[in-house]
Amino acid sequence: MAVCAAIIGKDNSPKFFVTINPDEELQFQYRVLSSLDIVEDKLNSGVKGGADTKELYLGMLLSLEAHKIYGYVTNTKIKFIIVVDSTNMVLRDNEIRSMFRKIHSEYADIVSNPFYIPGEPISSKNFTTNIKNIMTGTV
Amino acid sequence: MADETLFDFLHNEIINYILENGDRDKNNEGKDEDLSLLEYIGFSTGYRIIERLTKEMPRFKDELDTMKFVCTDFWCAIYKKQIDNLRTNHQGIYVLQDNNFRFLTSLSNGKQYLEVAPRYVAFTCGVIRGCLANLNIMCLVTAEVQNMPSCKFHIQVQRT
Repeated sequence: MAVCAAIIGKDNSPKFFVTINPDEELQFQYRVLSSLDIVEDKLNSGVKGGADTKELYLGMLLSLEAHKIYGYVTNTKIKFIIVVDSTNMVLRDNEIRSMFRKIHSEYADIVSNPFYIPGEPISSKNFTTNIKNIMTGTV
Repeated sequence: MADETLFDFLHNEIINYILENGDRDKNNEGKDEDLSLLEYIGFSTGYRIIERLTKEMPRFKDELDTMKFVCTDFWCAIYKKQIDNLRTNHQGIYVLQDNNFRFLTSLSNGKQYLEVAPRYVAFTCGVIRGCLANLNIMCLVTAEVQNMPSCKFHIQVQRT
């Protein structure tokens, strides 16, 4: 189970942020934003790199004492970040990958919603519940 | 196919709607029709739809890679065929040629309706501009119709 998920826009401004435990939000914001540097690094090194870097999923970005941070960047340069508890051993790379895929589908749906203006922070309640469900693995 | 016709009808109605509203606002006789709203609707559509279309795609290497995607997968998704010819000068100008453009095929061939053709390509110009804008390529898109069912789109990438 993931403890935090974030969507970061093209200009590295946060568009959406959700944590399972609302008290920890500030602390997670700090970690997620600091991991953006690594995202940038991975993207830039990808230009010269081989075929492996063509995947949207970037793998693990940071491993802290208590948490692991994973990243995913879409073709439109929207970044998805997931924070997972380090003590959680059940969550493998593949599960994280499919979690990102589901978040990406949700994101594509919200962008296609005419009431959402691209580039604005996402405030849809429905979207928040869907993302929380993905994080807790109930879908 | 029925579902494809729906899009054609919707597109035609959008054009009618915009032209009617434009006529009501101002009596512009002899002037060019105002198609900027139509272009904007296309831009918004392209900007949104590209998120869905590139979901399963690997990351694009460079600009040319993106253009190839537009010519193949993107064009197939909207116009049910691929672009017939892509040309570039490798300095930011791309010319996409479609010999049988979907919105022009149902108009009669020849010169008769050539002056109304811009109405039917403005939306597409917007769609291309929108999708490239979301893929971080800022550009100008213009269309050129010389012989009725075929259409050329000129994409001019703006380098900063």
